[in-house]
Amino acid sequence: MAVVEAPGVKAGALADAATGFDLDGAWRLDPQVALRPEPFGALAYHFGTRRLSFLKSRVLVDVVVALADRSSARQACREAGVGERELERYGRALATLAESGMIAPRVPA
Amino acid sequence: MSAGGAPALGLAERFESGLDAPICLTWELTYACNLACVHCLSSSGRRDPRELSSEECMAIVDELQRLQVFYVNIGGGEPTVRRDFWEIVDYASARRVGVKFSTNGSRITAPAAARLAAADYVDVQVSIDGASVDVNDAIRGTGSHAMALRAMDHLAEAGFGPFKVSVVLTRRNAGELDRLKTLADRYGAQLRLTRLRPSGRGADVWDELRPTAAQQRAVYEWLLDQGEQVLTGDSFFHLSAYGQKLPGLNLCGAGRVVCLIDPVGDVYACPFAIHEQFLAGNVRQEGGFTSVWRESDLFLDLRRPQSAGVCGSCGFYDSCRGGCMAAKFFTGLPLAGPDPECALGHGEKALAARGHRPLPRPSVNMSRRAANGSPDAIVVV
Repeated sequence: MAVVEAPGVKAGALADAATGFDLDGAWRLDPQVALRPEPFGALAYHFGTRRLSFLKSRVLVDVVVALADRSSARQACREAGVGERELERYGRALATLAESGMIAPRVPA
Repeated sequence: MSAGGAPALGLAERFESGLDAPICLTWELTYACNLACVHCLSSSGRRDPRELSSEECMAIVDELQRLQVFYVNIGGGEPTVRRDFWEIVDYASARRVGVKFSTNGSRITAPAAARLAAADYVDVQVSIDGASVDVNDAIRGTGSHAMALRAMDHLAEAGFGPFKVSVVLTRRNAGELDRLKTLADRYGAQLRLTRLRPSGRGADVWDELRPTAAQQRAVYEWLLDQGEQVLTGDSFFHLSAYGQKLPGLNLCGAGRVVCLIDPVGDVYACPFAIHEQFLAGNVRQEGGFTSVWRESDLFLDLRRPQSAGVCGSCGFYDSCRGGCMAAKFFTGLPLAGPDPECALGHGEKALAARGHRPLPRPSVNMSRRAANGSPDAIVVV
């Protein structure tokens, strides 16, 4: 296969992230990222870094899409139906996405 | 690992069973080329008079946008010789269909490089097949090394950023990998190393140019060391049977997550498989590319579980997946069985046992001055 370049592949955006994530901060999908819904979740492609990521859960996709107009990532998670006990896992997933530049902090409106 | 309702399938299985749209695809815009590389996988040279018109190309871009295909790998032939090349690139970029195009560099002048540096969503791969002039020019033609370096100079001077230096691994350049990496570094570019396929004219030189088993092993170790610093287009996943997987998806995406559109609109499973057996349809037929992708018998078949054949009993099958379909096909090996360059040497045995049946020939041969399918000059030094 010709095409999915190695550095682009971040198999498992939900893998453990090393660092914590500011759940109370305001975030958004990077404007250079295209998100394509898939039955398993979504594919995300960053046109700047040319990285491809896989979002392996639809709930995570809902969270990521909602980030831009929620006051915090925590709020976006809650509204997507993420329970308190799952928050840590979602925080790790978001941290991984932040690390690869897929989502970025934003100044709240 | 997964949050909120884990899918039953792993990603590799997901992808092997196909997606509604490709992640990306290769689009050879023309068979016309000002070079005549001995290993050209599309046997390019002359333009096909049935080539897709500008309007048809724009319609394909519209379709790719609707399908949310992230980017296309544009190649040829030499894609920049098409008069509407820049128009197609601009049209795609404006629709957020990313373009990564491969070029021999001949038309990457200073103004062209400046234009590229200013464009969003466009990436460039300059092909070169040797760090030294002799190694490169024996394969790509006299003057082609200088041509590629000139293009790289222009891109670097224009501040394009990290373009790609694209190298096909051969027996001649396997010893030059560090030099090639240094060359890419010097330009602030990224080295991309891909596998020599026995496709197109590559079939005629494959025996002489493919890396030796010892070189292949050394290259694998080198790639492991380089990690994500060197791109491979996932082309060495068959080598994961040496032990550790290289970075990448490590699967054959043909007809599942990638495909090829050729200059006349024929859709093949992958760029290395230009043969009737891997022809899924044509974008000019009713329903266009989308229906070929979603409904062609060939692609639906490729998305079903494939037989491992004799590889089924090998402990490494889960990582190497039997290797490259096109490499097996064009060397006359059964598709359910080892890759001709199997890391464990099973391919060599299969090659030795295959007898003297004639090998399949590609469906397309636009080579200049070559009526019989052979390149006019194979200069291998």
